[in-house]
Amino acid sequence: MGCCCQEMENHCKDENLDLNLLKDILDEYRDQAGSLVTVLQKAQDIYGYLPLTVLRHIAEEMNIKPAQVYGVATFYTQFRLTPVGKYVILLCQGTACHVNGSERIETALCQELKIKPGETTPDKLFTLTNVACLGCCSLAPVMMINGQAYGPLTPDKAVSIVKDIYASEQQASEGGEKA
Amino acid sequence: MKIRIGLGSCGIAAGALKVMEALKAELNNHNLDIEIQKTGCIGMCHNEPLLDIIDDNGQIFTYGKITEKDIKGIIEQYIIAGNPVEKHLVNSNTNPNDFLAEQVRVALRNCGIIDPEQIGHYTERGGYEALKKAITMSPEGIIEEIKTSGLRGRGGAGFPTWFKWNAAKNNPGEIKYIVCNADEGDPGAFMDRSVLESDPHSVLEGMAIAGYAIGAAEGVIYCRAEYPLAIRRLELAIKQAKEKGLLGSNILGSQFSFNIRIKQGAGAFVCGEETALIASLEGERGMPRLKPPFPAQSGYWGKPTNINNVETFANVPWIIAEGGKAFAAMGSQTSKGTKVFALAGKIKRGGLVEVPMGLSLRDVIYKIGGGIKEDRNFKAVQLGGPSGGCIPVDLLDTPVEYESITATGAIMGSGGMVVMDETTCMVDVARFFLDFTQKESCGKCVQCRIGTKRMLEILERICKGEGQPGDIELLQEIAIKVGEGSLCGLGQSAPNPVLTTIRYFREEYEAHINEKKCPAMQCKALITYRIDPDKCKSCSLCAKKCPVNCITGEKKKPYVIDQEQCIKCGNCMEVCPTKFNAVIVE
Repeated sequence: MGCCCQEMENHCKDENLDLNLLKDILDEYRDQAGSLVTVLQKAQDIYGYLPLTVLRHIAEEMNIKPAQVYGVATFYTQFRLTPVGKYVILLCQGTACHVNGSERIETALCQELKIKPGETTPDKLFTLTNVACLGCCSLAPVMMINGQAYGPLTPDKAVSIVKDIYASEQQASEGGEKA
Repeated sequence: MKIRIGLGSCGIAAGALKVMEALKAELNNHNLDIEIQKTGCIGMCHNEPLLDIIDDNGQIFTYGKITEKDIKGIIEQYIIAGNPVEKHLVNSNTNPNDFLAEQVRVALRNCGIIDPEQIGHYTERGGYEALKKAITMSPEGIIEEIKTSGLRGRGGAGFPTWFKWNAAKNNPGEIKYIVCNADEGDPGAFMDRSVLESDPHSVLEGMAIAGYAIGAAEGVIYCRAEYPLAIRRLELAIKQAKEKGLLGSNILGSQFSFNIRIKQGAGAFVCGEETALIASLEGERGMPRLKPPFPAQSGYWGKPTNINNVETFANVPWIIAEGGKAFAAMGSQTSKGTKVFALAGKIKRGGLVEVPMGLSLRDVIYKIGGGIKEDRNFKAVQLGGPSGGCIPVDLLDTPVEYESITATGAIMGSGGMVVMDETTCMVDVARFFLDFTQKESCGKCVQCRIGTKRMLEILERICKGEGQPGDIELLQEIAIKVGEGSLCGLGQSAPNPVLTTIRYFREEYEAHINEKKCPAMQCKALITYRIDPDKCKSCSLCAKKCPVNCITGEKKKPYVIDQEQCIKCGNCMEVCPTKFNAVIVE
């Protein structure tokens, strides 16, 4: 069995990032005991995920062992160790959604986006993620895209929502090129 | 006249913001100066977006399932011409609908009535009067009042609230904490979200009263990050309460000081367990530890800590204001007061309901919920989420109270009530919950970490048609060991969904294992879709909708599904016109 640091290196993506963006957060929370989860949440808000350099930097600055930071980052489902697409589709897997056919929505979205849950499309536009209950059970089955909830879904409806976003993105990039 | 619009998460998801914009524009068009009041969730999620029009006599007309296109008609026909629009009318004072009629609202007393973003709305309805009363009482007097009320923890376990408060109060220490558990993780439950979004001050007031009773000066709300709207409204409510001197130092000029802050969870079901929640608050992995010591003895940072659920706190101001006896007058012998349920699944009128304890499950599902969607046959109701169980039709008259529900093998839980019909496969439901608990197991106890995985493997095998004789007995054996060998509630209760489905729906397990059939036609490996050549009219709709293009045919000849390619998505069955009904599932 390898060292935990090795595992962390293997599992985390490394990128050249501006670590200065973390300064304010670290200054605020460095001396507050028990604030590691909060610091990781704020770091993820900045970078979109938790890259290796950021985890190491937080460990060093907060005087916490890298293994402990990695342990916390991998314990909670909110934390991501890989980058996500521009639109994150959270597909609800709650009980009400399950009995109302969320699996069919998943199949349809996977077919449309040609990715599996947990993956990101090659154009970095969409990430599909299964999540535990979103708490909109009366609208089951539900998905949430960048904070906006959609439901009740049918496979067709889910696909057309994704297609609409894709079309508007296409339009925006074409418009951008013309300008 | 006033117009009230429901802006809880459910309402917003259903399009309430667009409705509000249309409403503003339309009122402008007609030069009408009518107040639009934002409110939280009234609980009729099945009718969202909802609009209340309150006339000058205080008569309330509730309109449901409104889209922005309906606004023009409602304003012209009702507000200008004075004729209620029957099509969308779901409720009025003269014609109350059954959804609300059977309910008694204590924890939800302000939900869907006040604007949660305005403290004035809360105080107008008697808000913070209980806190004012409480600080003139002795801490012992408050605990006595809670004891009289018979209030038990609404998070699931049903532990007497007064007992926890008393223990935290009597344990020595200068510093003590109040923690509000708002880590509502049960799939299928959204009571706490609704209370936080619709009436955040009631929770703050309840926490402050608890703080005064046990001698704490600080409160922490541990809220799921998945509830951004709840967090925003709580932050606003805390700010407003501080400005009014209802939180902070020397509350209302007394010696009592109490502050509240919010800590966001990061997505771990096990953090609903008290000791795991404390570990998470301290920035660690949320793993439970052995009790005792109980949090009341040694909790957050090793100090005496009292943890209650959102709904429990929301009940507290009502009890202090109205008296413990009034609360105890509602409910049954051992379960006092009311309980909020999130009614969802295959139900006609889903939403948030609050009923007196002791009402039967049948009344909740049929009288309030309106029965099963599409009038199918009821099969089971799931209570208590991954820690609970499925209650079958012959036990529908079970009253909702802690002991009676526990006797069925389920638990009261936090209030998730998911209704299942004949098209729900109970083996699949058990697999679904085990999949959940297996993923959420923190890994500390071997029995829970590995036992749930083995149970899941067996259930997956059964659903795939690879079940073997003896699997049911093996599941039962492992279930008992997982329950006995786990430290916390997650592992101890993880086998419940499996044990209850075996107990009440054993024949479904046997059909999967022995006959390789799924009676509910849900388990993909055990069903086939085919087209009845006598009924097929060659309309080609199914072929067009097939995502893997495995349906072929030509004009005037019946279409055929290629079984090798079929992914059993069921699209063909859905699109086949009902007058033909040519697609058969077997």
